[in-house]
Amino acid sequence: MPVPAGGIAAAAWLLLALPALGATVLLVGGRRTNGWGHLLGCLTIVAAFGYGLALFLNSTGLPVAQRVQNLHLFSWIPVGNLQVDFGLRLDPLSLTFVLLITGVGGLIHIYSIGYMSHDRDRRKFFAYLNLFVASMLLLVLANGFVTLYLGWEGVGLASYLLIGWYQDRPSAATAAKKAFLMNRVGDVGLAIAIFILYTHLHTTQFTEVFALAHTLSPATLTAVAMLLLLGACGKSGQFPLQAWLPDAMEGPTPVSALIHAATMVTAGVYLVARSHPIYDLTANGRLLVTIIGTITLLIGCVIGCAYDDIKKVLAYSTVSQIGYMMLAVGLGPVGYALGIAHLLSHGFFKAGLFLGAGSVMHAMDDETDMRRFGGLLRRMPITAVTFGLGYLAIIGFPGLSGYFTKGAIIDAAFGQPGWRGWAFGIAAVVGAGLTAFYMTRLVIMTFFGDARWKKLRNNEGKDYHPHESSPVMTIPMVILAIGSIGAGAYFIIGDRLANWLSPSLGALAPTGHSPLSGTTLTVLDLVVIALGVLAAILVVGRRPVPVVRPEPVSWPVRAARADLYGNALNEALIARPGTWLDRALVFTDNKGVDGMVNGLAALFGGGSGRLRRLQTGFVRSYALSMLGGAVLLVAALLMVRFS
Amino acid sequence: MTPTYYLLLSALLFTLGAVGVLVRRNAIVVFMCVELMLNAVNLTLVTFARINGSLSGQVMAFFVMVVAAAEVVIGLAIIMAIFRTRRSSSVDDSNLLKY
Repeated sequence: MPVPAGGIAAAAWLLLALPALGATVLLVGGRRTNGWGHLLGCLTIVAAFGYGLALFLNSTGLPVAQRVQNLHLFSWIPVGNLQVDFGLRLDPLSLTFVLLITGVGGLIHIYSIGYMSHDRDRRKFFAYLNLFVASMLLLVLANGFVTLYLGWEGVGLASYLLIGWYQDRPSAATAAKKAFLMNRVGDVGLAIAIFILYTHLHTTQFTEVFALAHTLSPATLTAVAMLLLLGACGKSGQFPLQAWLPDAMEGPTPVSALIHAATMVTAGVYLVARSHPIYDLTANGRLLVTIIGTITLLIGCVIGCAYDDIKKVLAYSTVSQIGYMMLAVGLGPVGYALGIAHLLSHGFFKAGLFLGAGSVMHAMDDETDMRRFGGLLRRMPITAVTFGLGYLAIIGFPGLSGYFTKGAIIDAAFGQPGWRGWAFGIAAVVGAGLTAFYMTRLVIMTFFGDARWKKLRNNEGKDYHPHESSPVMTIPMVILAIGSIGAGAYFIIGDRLANWLSPSLGALAPTGHSPLSGTTLTVLDLVVIALGVLAAILVVGRRPVPVVRPEPVSWPVRAARADLYGNALNEALIARPGTWLDRALVFTDNKGVDGMVNGLAALFGGGSGRLRRLQTGFVRSYALSMLGGAVLLVAALLMVRFS
Repeated sequence: MTPTYYLLLSALLFTLGAVGVLVRRNAIVVFMCVELMLNAVNLTLVTFARINGSLSGQVMAFFVMVVAAAEVVIGLAIIMAIFRTRRSSSVDDSNLLKY
């Protein structure tokens, strides 16, 4: 049970207030803050990080029983039976996320000073970044589902604003709308899950919901688990709602890094991990999470192999890595902490990779087509080395972050009983091999081989002059690269992260009995990764890369270039039925409802128009009708009298 | 001398008046036919007063005469006014007040 927050934690609302204040000052202050806006934006995040670090250190000093703290701020929605409190939950899970969000987010903020230095509206950009971080912090710190939902929607809003940052490009505006709408599909799931929980449990606060979750019927639990998963799929770009994430690359590169590493896409994994008392009770719900994660990780890998746009390849690698995390949290108590560990190490190396890609784009006049890169190693050594470390981490090179966190997930997947172990395990290993392939391809095409850009012109018809970025951009990349090296080993060896998270997620259960021994699995994993790297070297490294994308290509490549028809699927599953429903409703409204009202009016109007013709203006016809009426009256009277 | 003949006469007169109102176009003639109908009714009232030995029918006949006199004044004035402006005394020509 949570204890009330005291001491240094009593002011935890500052974590939210600092970025929110930054966003407010920058948005309200307008152009007056142009000179120092970016500094304020960074300062608020760094201050929040410092405070978060203090909270973290304070929490490590507490006895385990007191590490889950509750900070009640105010009564938010006191309406009759519906009592929603606004408060924060400070526990190892939320504090870990706070450190990730403010730490990696802060580095991305600092990097943005350099990256956005040519943008007229840099101040507004920082305001949106601050808003993003504030929403994400609210999401992870919330102590109830409704408060979490507020942060959830705030993240959606901020991502919309940032993906559509280059408003004058129709593609960016479309991508922003797409992200917002596809998130909305997931949000509906989350909202309905909250409604169901409230209907059955009459509360939405985490503590009470989780304490009462066992009283729910199995069907309700499964429904809630599936609806929460739908919300997670929308936010985290999981199958079948993954198509918005690559399009979100239309935003500036720091935004991509922020969305993919520190905020937004991690929210889905967080939601499942946070709701673990619900998922613990429903094996079917967990199985569905695992299946979705497995499908997504394979889809992401396959599509990543086919794209030439450096940011889109990274985007699909995020889709696939989040798939690993979903797979892990779907495994239940053996996997929650592993999913979070992979999330954290992914936060480091993916942020590093994106910032590296941004640095390359900065040097290459915003070009993203890898076929036009090549041989950039000499020109941008720091970027190349930091990017290379991120690359080694993501493919799972022994000793680096990804090796530990991804390997642990593969072990846990193989440990599942029966067919599941084989299915999930093999999918995870195949995914690792594909990841090695497309990431190697990306690195070779960008940093090695011929300098293809020398013979090409940029959009303005000038030569490319690639150069290393300024220190304000390279220093965050270096820090993230260090994280990519060491984070995984630090988290996994000795179950350090799992033990720290145990007050939030429960103790890490031992991995089930695997059909393959641990050593065999490690060797298998490494062999598959090596094969992937080798394949990429043979396919891409050994022959010249065509500057123009080869056409036509075999059907697997064609399908992968078409996002494995993810957009078509969404179109068919959601967009088109929605359009049909709309059309049917419009038809009913126009013909049915309006038809009835208008028809009645037309009946009276037409009828009166015809009756009006009786008024001819001829006195004698009136006289005749009066006589006729009098005769009728007399006849009626006589009939009554004599009948 | 049974009162029935008086009633038959008044019915005849009323019918003549009604038919005149319906078929004639000249406003003066229509007017006179209306008078004929009123007086046919007067005759009926007086006859019934005689039959029943009560005075109320005769009193009613006086009322009708007074109203008829007033009506003649107003009616003739209207007909005169219309004739002066439209140069016609046909009731079918005054048909502007319609749908």
